[in-house]
Amino acid sequence: MILALLLIPTLAAVLSLLVRHDVLRRMILIIAVAGHTGVTLAAWIHEPAPLHNGWFALDKLGLLFLTITSILFLTCAFYAVGYLSGESRRKTSDAGDDTLFPNTPEAIFCACLNAFLATMTLVMVSHHFGVLWVAMEATTLATATLIYFHRNRHSLEATWKYLLICSVGIALALLGNYFLVIAASTSEKTAIILSDLVRQGHTLNAPWLKAAFLLFLVGYGVKMGLAPLHTWLPDAHSEAPSVISALLSGTLLNCAFLGILRSYQVCCAAELASFCQELFVIFGLLSMGWAAVYILGQPDYKRMLAYSSVEHIGILALGVGIGAGATFGAMLHAVNHSLVKVTLFLAAGNILAAYKTKTAANVKGLLSCIPATGVLWVAGFLAITGVPPFGIFLSEFTIVKAILDQGHMGVAIAFLGILALIFIGMAMTFLNMAQGRRSEELCINHKTDSILTIIPPASLGILSLMLGLYLPPMLSRLLHDAATAIGGF
Amino acid sequence: MILLVLVNLMLLGLSRLRTCIRVVAIQGVMLGVLPLILNGWRPEPHLISFSLVIIGLKGIVFPAILIKLLRDLKEHREVEPFIGFGTSMAAGVVMLVVSLAFGAHLPLPGTAASSLVAPVAFFTIMTGLFLIISRKKALTQVLGYLVLENGISCFGAILVEKQPTQIELGILLDVFVAVFVMGIAIFHINREFDHIDTDKLTRLRT
Repeated sequence: MILALLLIPTLAAVLSLLVRHDVLRRMILIIAVAGHTGVTLAAWIHEPAPLHNGWFALDKLGLLFLTITSILFLTCAFYAVGYLSGESRRKTSDAGDDTLFPNTPEAIFCACLNAFLATMTLVMVSHHFGVLWVAMEATTLATATLIYFHRNRHSLEATWKYLLICSVGIALALLGNYFLVIAASTSEKTAIILSDLVRQGHTLNAPWLKAAFLLFLVGYGVKMGLAPLHTWLPDAHSEAPSVISALLSGTLLNCAFLGILRSYQVCCAAELASFCQELFVIFGLLSMGWAAVYILGQPDYKRMLAYSSVEHIGILALGVGIGAGATFGAMLHAVNHSLVKVTLFLAAGNILAAYKTKTAANVKGLLSCIPATGVLWVAGFLAITGVPPFGIFLSEFTIVKAILDQGHMGVAIAFLGILALIFIGMAMTFLNMAQGRRSEELCINHKTDSILTIIPPASLGILSLMLGLYLPPMLSRLLHDAATAIGGF
Repeated sequence: MILLVLVNLMLLGLSRLRTCIRVVAIQGVMLGVLPLILNGWRPEPHLISFSLVIIGLKGIVFPAILIKLLRDLKEHREVEPFIGFGTSMAAGVVMLVVSLAFGAHLPLPGTAASSLVAPVAFFTIMTGLFLIISRKKALTQVLGYLVLENGISCFGAILVEKQPTQIELGILLDVFVAVFVMGIAIFHINREFDHIDTDKLTRLRT
């Protein structure tokens, strides 16, 4: 089953390079991703057996993140087909620039999209830290091409920053891998497989393990976008095509988070949990605060969404750092944030197609000009800032409750204060964009609302709303199991 | 070991890009031999084949890609540092002292490897990071990344008995693709901007 998960997107990637016909290639993309989702859902019912001496296995934590990834990928694949058929006809001109530039050939784009899914799946299922590293670096390389879809100067600059900063960061995580091997070298089994390490946690060498965790946190933290290591993130998210921004934000950041959580699991087994939790809380609050500063008065709406991702990544880290009930909150938050952020980025893609600008001040009257996208945009804003009854309210509430239960008054005040600031910052921009009179000169293209560009983000938005009202027992159990694996409940 | 230190110091002081690439190639070859030395020249087939792969990639393929790129670039082939060569060398000496002190504090448990390996690896990693932040050209940043990776694989050389070969090969494959993709990116940067100075890549802010 694990093999099927890995092989389907890999084969599709190879096929997309070979097939010459555009429509056929898009079909392959959809079929491959749908197959992947099908196998993932089957894994809920029947737990797949580990492969290759436990190198590859799908535990509850991996299954949770894999499900998020797979479902989001499926919706984004439909959107991408709509996007590609609109994009392939013309040479695009950049927002604000008059220069014309070509796009990356569609075959390469589709192949990289499939490869991106394959490498992320590999991250989710690998329990050997070496394989995890190889897969994580591979996701960087697969996405670099995707960010450089519009071949112009801005996206090139963003791609270069992304490629270099992430590669260097992930290289540090490789050093963490070696440190982990050294930490485990006292025991008889020296392969760094998660289950073995957790079982013999107490025999690990503590100073080396601490050093390894620090390197993992910094290394994968670069990729995850923890402030102050997030510098590549706003550039890459604002310059990539919106589908790719959505996938980066909704799936890739979770992927890197999973890398950190894997090392945290080992630290918990070695009774170093409190050392790690302090770091999580510090990085979490720092990311939230940093994001709030940049969200207030941010002129570019895609960058604002990118900084909002930094904020929510901070909330995830904070939740895990607080531990106990907040870990469950963090897991639920990962699900909700991914759903809502993809909705917003896809809606932003529609806005960009209609108004041809990323400057928020030049967008007015969304609700009257492109009503469906406008409604999504406002609903997405309410959802992302944690207004009830959306799912994010529920997860943030769980985290705050756990913080208060443990008596960290200062942390709770900082958490709520930053959330209020971000609400104000985002409200000013989002509502100004949504309201206002319809003006023909600003809204260049009215026909961007179509089935393929509205249904995918809308379905995710509704899903997030449903999670806020009713949490299915099956999902709740999975979230609890995942939280138990990383020392919470 | 001492040779590796000298190579790092040389990199900090060199001004011609072509020579820099050659020096990094020499470092790669030394790294390929390192696992053999550390394991006492035992002629095991998997060790020898692994060394050959490292030497082939780091000593021949990577430099070849970079030299090819350098030939395509139209402009002058100097390093153009933000921080002067003399200061760089001084910083290098400071980094060497720091890594020696660092290595003394974290002794390797249970391995009989040369006591110099850990400090030298740290020093190489720091040199790599220093090269990335202190040099203007995108090409030198790739060189810095390679030096950083070399430093990390010094640790890998100590642990070559304990890591499965498939993983090491996977890591090498990733680094190879990374250098390849970065090479393509540099090619595009050069065509788009007519230069590869990263300090001018500043259009995207806040």
